[in-house]
Amino acid sequence: MADFNDRYSRLAIHPLHAVLLAFPLPLFLSALVADMAYRSTYLIQWLNFAQWLIAGALLMGAFVLVWALVELVRSRELRTVWHMIYFLSLLAMWILGFINALEHAKDAYATMPGGMWLSLIVTLLALVATWVGYSGLREEVR
Amino acid sequence: MRNKIIPAFLLALFLSACGGEPPPPSYGANPELPEPERGLLPSMVISMPAEWGDQKPTVPQGYSVEMIADDLSVPRQTLVLPNGDILVAEGSGGSAPVMRPKDMIANYVKKQGKTDRPGGNRLTLLRDADGDGRYELKTTFAENVNAPYGMALIGDSLYVANQDAVVRFEYQDGQTRASGPPEKIVDLPSVYNHHWTKAMAASVDGRYLYVGIGSNSNITERGMEVEEDRAMVWQIDPQTRMHRRYATGLRNPSALAVDPDTNQLWVAVNERDEIGDNLVPDYLTAVRDGGFYGWPYSYWGRNVDERAQPQRPDLVERAITPDYSLGAHVAALGLAFSTPAMGERFAEGVFVGEHGSWNRKVPVGFKVVFVPFRNGRPTGAAPVDFVTGFLNEGGDARGRPVGVSVDPRGALIVADDLANVIWRVTPTDRAAQ
Repeated sequence: MADFNDRYSRLAIHPLHAVLLAFPLPLFLSALVADMAYRSTYLIQWLNFAQWLIAGALLMGAFVLVWALVELVRSRELRTVWHMIYFLSLLAMWILGFINALEHAKDAYATMPGGMWLSLIVTLLALVATWVGYSGLREEVR
Repeated sequence: MRNKIIPAFLLALFLSACGGEPPPPSYGANPELPEPERGLLPSMVISMPAEWGDQKPTVPQGYSVEMIADDLSVPRQTLVLPNGDILVAEGSGGSAPVMRPKDMIANYVKKQGKTDRPGGNRLTLLRDADGDGRYELKTTFAENVNAPYGMALIGDSLYVANQDAVVRFEYQDGQTRASGPPEKIVDLPSVYNHHWTKAMAASVDGRYLYVGIGSNSNITERGMEVEEDRAMVWQIDPQTRMHRRYATGLRNPSALAVDPDTNQLWVAVNERDEIGDNLVPDYLTAVRDGGFYGWPYSYWGRNVDERAQPQRPDLVERAITPDYSLGAHVAALGLAFSTPAMGERFAEGVFVGEHGSWNRKVPVGFKVVFVPFRNGRPTGAAPVDFVTGFLNEGGDARGRPVGVSVDPRGALIVADDLANVIWRVTPTDRAAQ
C-alpha cells in the first residue's frame, strides 16, 4: 500500500472547473428550501425563487457536465471508476434538474409536491458529484 | 445498453407532452369534464400567421362577406353608431413583468401567433355614406388612448374602456373626430394587466356601465395579492362615478353584452389553461348580481382546481355553474346579440368571436359562431359556424376574429387582429325575406 501511495497521487480538479462545480449544490439546495417554504406558506415568491435557482444550477451545471465529459474522455489509461461516477452523477443531476425545471414551470400549486421531491433528489445527486469532484480526479504517476 | 437509456428517456419525456388526439370539445349546458391532466410540457400548437391574399372568410349560403377596412393596428372591438358609422378600438396592452424563466419562453412562443404591429392606441371611424356596403371613409376619431377595448354610447356620451380607466368623449351624431381629449370617469385595476382587455356594455336604460376585468394570471401563479379586484365584472354608474363588484370569479370576462329585450347582462369568459385539451370550457353565461363563478378555486361550478392554494371551500360551495359551454380554449373575445335583420336562421341568439387556441393539440376557435337563443336563453343546441376559414388548409392562421358587433340594419362586423382588417357579413337574399 505504501508503494501505491508513492506512485500515485490525486490531483485537485482545475481551479475553473472547481469554481463551476461550486454552483449546482448550493443552488439546488436553495431551490429545495424555497420549495419547502412555498409548500408551507403558499407565497408564490418562493416558487419564483426556486425557478431561477434551478435555472442557474442548470446553466452552471451544463459547463461542469461538459468539463467532466472531456475529462472522462481524456483520462484514458488513467481513468478510474471515480471519473465514471463523477460524470454519471452530474449527468443524472442535470437531466433530473431539467425535468425539475419543467415541473416548476407548471402554474402555482401544480408544482407541488412533485417539484419538491425532484429538488431533493437533484440536491442529493449534486452532493455526490461535488463530493467526488472535490476528492480529486486526475491521477498522476510519480 | 447504457447509451440507449438516455434516448428512451427523452422520447418518454417528449411523448408525455404529445399523446393522441383529444376528443372534440363539448358544448352546451352540460359539457363533459375530463380529469385534469398535464404532461411535463403543456399542449401547445401555435397557428403561424399566413396571408389572406385574395381569399376571404367563409360564410353560410345566402350571406356574403367583404373586407371594409384594412391596414389597421390591432383592431379588437367595434361599435356601430346610430348613424351607421363604425368605431374600431385598436390597441394592445398589458405590462406584466417576467417573474420566472417560463414567462420569457411563453411570451416568445405566443408572440409567434400574433401580428408584429404595435397596437394603435386609437379609435378609427369607418363610414359608408351612400349605403353601398363600401366604407369609403376611414379616419382617426381619437388617438393617444391607452389600449382601448370596450365601447358604449349612452346619449351624447361615448364611453371607452381603456386598459386603465373608463373615459368619456362627447359625441354628436355624424361626428368624425373627437372634439377634445377624453374625460376620465373611473380608474380601472391595471397593475400588471396580465389580462388587459376591459370589455364593456351599457344597460338598456343607459343607467349603468358594466366592465369586465380579467385575472392577473392563469391560475394565481403571480400570487393572490395581484388578484385584488380582478376576475370580476364591475357595475359603474357614470353619473356618480361610483362602482361596485357586480359578479366575481370570472377568470377573464373578455366580452360583455346586454340582451336588448330583457336587459340581462351576458358575458363570455375565457377559462383557465394547462389542465388538459378539453378543460376548462370557455363559457357564455347570464351574469347574476352578486354571483361567484369559481375562479380561481373551482371551475364549471364546484370542480375544485388544486392549483389554487390555499383553497376556499366556503366560496367553492356557492360557485355558480355557467349556462353554456363554448368549448375549451376557443378564446371567446367577442359577443353580440343578433337582430331579425340578420336573417331568419340567425335572428335570435348571440354571435361569438373566437380568437382561437394555443393550449390544445388540435386547434379550436378561429371562427365566429352563432349560439341560438329562445326566450332569452340558449336553446342548448350546438353553436352554428357563421364565419370560418380563418385557418388555412395547412393549419396556419390567415386571421383571428376578436370583437363582433351587429349593425341593426343587418350586418355582422368582425374585427380581425391578425390580418388587421374589419370584415362585414351581410345577408344577400334580403329581398326574398
